[in-house]
Amino acid sequence: MKTRICLGVKLTKTMNDMAIGEVGLVAGMTYTGALRRRLQDIGICEGTEVRCVQRSPLGDPTAFFIRGAVIAIRKEDLRGILIE
Amino acid sequence: MRRFRDEGGETITVALAGNPNVGKSTVFNALTGLHMHTGNWAGKTVSNEQGRCVYNGKEYILVDIPGTYSLLTCSEDERVAEEFLESGEADAVVCVCDATCLERNLNLVLQITEITDKVVVCINLMDEARKKGIEINTSLISERLGVPVVGATARSKKGVFEILSAVDEVILSGGAKAPQYGEEIEAAIEKLLPQSGKRHTAVEYLIGQREATAEIFKIKEELAEKGLTEEKIRDLVAETLVHTAESVCSGAISYKKEKSDERDRTLDKIFAGKWTAFPIMLLLLAGVFWITVVGANYPSEILGKWLFALEGPLYSALSALGLSDFFCRMLSEGMYRTLAWVVSVMLPPMAIFFPLFTLLEDFGYLPRVAFNLDRAFKGCNACGKQGLTMCMGLGCNAVGVTGCRIINSPRERLIAMLTNCFVPCNGRFPALVAIITMFLVPSDGAGGSLLGALVLALLIVFGVMMTFLVSKLLSATVLSGVPSSFTLELPPYRTPQFGTVIVRSVLDRTLFVLGRAVSVAAPTGIVIWLLANIPAGDASALSQVAAFLDPLGKFIGLDGVIILGFILGISANEIVLPIIFMSYMASGSLAEIGSLTALREVFLQNGWTVITAVNTLVFFLLHWPCATTLLSVKKETGSLRWTFAAFLIPTLTGFFTCFIIYSVSKLFLG
Repeated sequence: MKTRICLGVKLTKTMNDMAIGEVGLVAGMTYTGALRRRLQDIGICEGTEVRCVQRSPLGDPTAFFIRGAVIAIRKEDLRGILIE
Repeated sequence: MRRFRDEGGETITVALAGNPNVGKSTVFNALTGLHMHTGNWAGKTVSNEQGRCVYNGKEYILVDIPGTYSLLTCSEDERVAEEFLESGEADAVVCVCDATCLERNLNLVLQITEITDKVVVCINLMDEARKKGIEINTSLISERLGVPVVGATARSKKGVFEILSAVDEVILSGGAKAPQYGEEIEAAIEKLLPQSGKRHTAVEYLIGQREATAEIFKIKEELAEKGLTEEKIRDLVAETLVHTAESVCSGAISYKKEKSDERDRTLDKIFAGKWTAFPIMLLLLAGVFWITVVGANYPSEILGKWLFALEGPLYSALSALGLSDFFCRMLSEGMYRTLAWVVSVMLPPMAIFFPLFTLLEDFGYLPRVAFNLDRAFKGCNACGKQGLTMCMGLGCNAVGVTGCRIINSPRERLIAMLTNCFVPCNGRFPALVAIITMFLVPSDGAGGSLLGALVLALLIVFGVMMTFLVSKLLSATVLSGVPSSFTLELPPYRTPQFGTVIVRSVLDRTLFVLGRAVSVAAPTGIVIWLLANIPAGDASALSQVAAFLDPLGKFIGLDGVIILGFILGISANEIVLPIIFMSYMASGSLAEIGSLTALREVFLQNGWTVITAVNTLVFFLLHWPCATTLLSVKKETGSLRWTFAAFLIPTLTGFFTCFIIYSVSKLFLG
């Protein structure tokens, strides 16, 4: 999902859209099941502050600073984590 | 699971739990005096390690369990940790945390307090935190959690014994405060406690981690009617843990620097940067090899001179004892010479490479390799953590196979295990160096060793490419499926303790190689000698066997002796080259032994060309795994079928590749 303005309504931004150095607050996750739990385990839930720090030289995954630790997550998995 | 030694009541069993990578094993080593292999990346410990410690007249048994982020969503290796904690075998649990990342670590601490209230929190890596300007008010945290909190720097053994005092305290009066999930869930937990015994188990029932009985199902239904479905409860639990950890830490941790992780980020820009990552990986690889080659040169020479010179005197001494000529020669020419070979040629490179590898591990570089290569693995439908297990394989393939436990998906774990031996292990490494030096680089001069190191690095790259290729093939055929999601932690870089690591690693490796030389190389040397000196028909048994294997060997650009070497080398890869040499020597004339030039002569005399050398190198990379690795595969998969696959896949790849190289060379070179 990319940030687009359509008819004046801003569509949702995800962690995948963040640029290096950008900081954002997690607004929610579209996942259910194992992936959701795994992401919760590393501290991602509503209100968590995340900072985008490094992208892999081949473009994927991307590393984020989350609650004091740096975790790399793949593109497909980032697309379901909403940011405000 | 191993049973503990019960020395009668006075022993206190302590579980060492914590997130991956917080230094649990360092704490363990500091307390037990054992020297478990530690490394700076998640997944280093994949099974329970036990150790003993005596302090203040009391005996403690410490159990280092694999690192886990949570007890509520476990991957295979984390399950080992969970099982142990839930078993109640431990009298107390010490949860080790990383001072630079405390909030996230508390997630696990809080979950553990739901299993037992006899918990001690050890905040490790205090020195790293101080460097980053992070200050922690341990007494405030202790108050809020209700458990003793000990700050430590396990590397320098600071604060570790205080942990044991805290354990004593907590066994007498545990007071951990478990997290609270809100009225309704708490009420449900109350109802479940008689059946489940512990809060943690009750929570597991509610979130669907455990199979519910009919009664429990009813309680869950009641909650669902109030809008608290299983999914909602899971969210609530996760969020409560996160927010409780937050509130415990708020005000108790102060950051003096604005961005505490600046140094790590700068290093990451270099090691994982768009243009720098891969060149640096290659350079590091070549650099490590170069140091190994150059460093091993002199010791190899010296050892060779001394050890081979002793062969004659050994023979004399043995015959003076009245033993037959046959027997004396078997022991001196057969057993001792092979031993001398392994120790002088194989030992120095192995003893140097391993410490270098360990230093890179400790530094924290390996997860960055996985980070850089993940996209390629994703393209093969494999898991990025295979990059880590591949690196482990550079040290030892059996360790690499066991390390595949860090991969959650069984399919991806299997792919990683089956391709692990495409990366040459420590044992194959000296042979590769020897062959490259003899046949592929201009002899003499420092340029030789640099070029040799580069060729070796390129060979490894070839092995990595084959790993990708075969992984892709496997996931397209027998092991197909969708790539699973994964998260990879990039831990902070840590300055390795150069002195300790180098000394300990060199000693470890030397003992290990010597042990293997005695238990594997020596007997095999005897076998070869016997085969060569026991007549069977016109010629020796050895030449018969070699002749039998010759057509197969020649088909792929090798010969019968080389194939025999590899076959016998299934017990230990480091004896392959010695076996080949010994076999040639047995049916050839005695030349000066102990130098690579002499070795080259022997090989040339037996028909080696550059192509033979190249094919041998390739076959070294692509042939059946050693017995220890195969046993590990059997243990990890529990399946003979997959163990056989682990044997077959590299072998077929090797035969096929060598055949192609040989055929192409014949085409162009005639």
